[in-house]
Amino acid sequence: MTVDSADSTAAAQQAQPPRKRAAAKKTAAKKATHTKKAAAKKSPKRSPETAPRETPQGQSELVQLLTPEGERVANPEFDAYVDAVTDDELRGLYRDMVMSRRFDAEAVTLQRQGELGLWPSLLGQEAAQVGSGRATRRDDYVFPTYREHGVAWCRGVDPTNLLGMFRGVNNGGWDPGSNNFHLYTIVIGSQTLHATGYAMGAAKDGTDSAVIAYFGDGASSQGDVAESFTFAAVYNAPVVFFCQNNQWAISEPTERQTRVPLYQRAQGYGFPGVRVDGNDVLACLAVTRWALERARRGEGPTLVEAFTYRMGAHTTSDDPTRYRADDERASWEAKDPIERLRAYLASQTDTDEGFFAELDAESEALGKRVREVVRAMPDPGHMAIFENVYADGHALVDEERAQFAAYQASFADEPAGEGV
Amino acid sequence: MAVKKLPIAKAINESLRTALENDPKVLVMGEDVGKLGGVFRVTDGLQKDFGEERVIDTPLAESGIVGTAIGLALRGYRPVVEIQFDGFVFPAYDQIVTQLAKMHARALGKVKVPVVIRIPYGGGIGAVEHHSESPEALFAHVAGLKVVSPSNASDAYWMLQQAIQSDDPVIYFEPKRRYWDKSEVDTEAVPGALHRAVVAREGADLTLAAYGPMVKVCMEAAAAAEEEGKSLEVVDLRSISPMDFDTVQRSVEKTRRLVVVHEAPVFLGSGAELAARITERCFYHLEAPVLRVGGYHAPYPPARLEDEYLPGLDRVLDAVDRSLAY
Repeated sequence: MTVDSADSTAAAQQAQPPRKRAAAKKTAAKKATHTKKAAAKKSPKRSPETAPRETPQGQSELVQLLTPEGERVANPEFDAYVDAVTDDELRGLYRDMVMSRRFDAEAVTLQRQGELGLWPSLLGQEAAQVGSGRATRRDDYVFPTYREHGVAWCRGVDPTNLLGMFRGVNNGGWDPGSNNFHLYTIVIGSQTLHATGYAMGAAKDGTDSAVIAYFGDGASSQGDVAESFTFAAVYNAPVVFFCQNNQWAISEPTERQTRVPLYQRAQGYGFPGVRVDGNDVLACLAVTRWALERARRGEGPTLVEAFTYRMGAHTTSDDPTRYRADDERASWEAKDPIERLRAYLASQTDTDEGFFAELDAESEALGKRVREVVRAMPDPGHMAIFENVYADGHALVDEERAQFAAYQASFADEPAGEGV
Repeated sequence: MAVKKLPIAKAINESLRTALENDPKVLVMGEDVGKLGGVFRVTDGLQKDFGEERVIDTPLAESGIVGTAIGLALRGYRPVVEIQFDGFVFPAYDQIVTQLAKMHARALGKVKVPVVIRIPYGGGIGAVEHHSESPEALFAHVAGLKVVSPSNASDAYWMLQQAIQSDDPVIYFEPKRRYWDKSEVDTEAVPGALHRAVVAREGADLTLAAYGPMVKVCMEAAAAAEEEGKSLEVVDLRSISPMDFDTVQRSVEKTRRLVVVHEAPVFLGSGAELAARITERCFYHLEAPVLRVGGYHAPYPPARLEDEYLPGLDRVLDAVDRSLAY
């Protein structure tokens, strides 16, 4: 699955995604109608700069393969990347999204019940995460933010592993090497540099493995993200920058981060940028595959802006009613990533109700398992404070560990329940 | 021949060369480290011999240098990055403190990030601002980092070898005004432990503890004091995190007096930590409070004033006199 190589080489030189102009025009009108409608539904304050719109060349900015109604639309540039996707694989994508959402909902509930300290919900971003996550190969490496629960699912990370840091029993906890899924990164944007360095290393090793770095619209303002674009560009690193523009950085809308559509920033660094419908799992799969294949071929980095929406709060500590209107959320509910694939599956494939019923049961079972695992998750032992501070040890840590152990031991004779 | 007389800068160069030869995973990264050989020529000739893929000129972005080095380390490389001057490290401070220092612990030991960050530091070269600072305490305060500073060519060579071999991130502070001081380096010696202090000069009446560029000042102070009949012991701390309190304790139990010297501001500097530890450990041995000599709580001054700001022979001897007067 490759685009016409001459075409893509020329396109790369122009730092633009591969587009066949004549063909692109055909679908432009249709997509423009949709996207203009979407823009009109937004809060009146929203700047037109950050809403989907047409480029000066008259091409639609937004790559979309499935409309919100679940209708498949042709896209000559990116169809090739999903032509071979079978109905079973589509059902697999659907399952990934449903399971991710169910897991996420369970985590929100567990936070409300006091089992977790905090939870950043992915609600609404399932397509962006599953589409991109399923585009990666086993030997690719993923650098997430702290919200990539759907990507983790696609990488085969046990979802319960993600909960330790939010319960407060560790600060990460899983082995990044076991699924090539790095630890969550909380300081915004830092991981894009790690991804770039890792990609530089992968290229040095002569592999065709690629790296994908997740970040958000808020992170696009971070210096580290700008530096990662620079490094990736000048070293031609095989990395895909996957920006989930979910429209909100806690309370700040995207227009507080940028005056141009985010994907256009890539042009200034000399690599292609593409905006994809982040609520369209098929389009996210296609565009990410395209970008990863560019990386594998040694054509360097790509910026993918997945245009999506954070349906929930930033985290369970956030109150979005203070800064955004209900009608905005309602407009995005009409573009729900799961509903649109379900509509497609129901109308265009032989998927029967039994599949959906079984999946409901399976997702409920996941919720139950997550609940049980979290509730049984033990607090770490006191001495864990001193574990793994250094790989080669450190005299001060040894000294303080011994002092702390002696202090703890001094309570050994006290009656039960009287310890510190 | 394994024993050579080298300036510190050349010893570091040789050490980098040895590391690049011995381990294909070692990379040298930084601004101007390639063709130019670094602004102090510490990496001179390395790119010519090891190529642009291993001796990497980077964009002018310190956070980017350290951040990509972390990624390379996660991939299995051992990057040795150069921050051009002490005052330029702060754009990378977040990556060093938030990411580099904590990643091993966050992964419960499942990943290692063996990054070495070389920083030429300290004053005395008549530089413009941001080129003469001593920020070691800002790094030593952070768990997960190790911080060292050699004072002579042999330590410069061997401590860098050991830092590169360490699976932990190491901040390696180079005493830039001593870059051209020569001493013998035995490249086939068996080096002492990276984080152990050494007694650089034995004495009986008072201990001077220092590291990096101040060791030379303390040695000169000890020589001057000897002419006045005072016997000063000099401890070269070598490592700031972890700090070898045991060696200082043994010295102070003998001399009963301690003066700590560093270029960095005295307030909350590494001397403050050493003073507190030694007071705790040697309370009944001490004949005088532990005194500190260092920079002031003021921005590093313009070059014409740096001789007044930096601890020199006279200020060290003044502190020695005050300690002996108790």
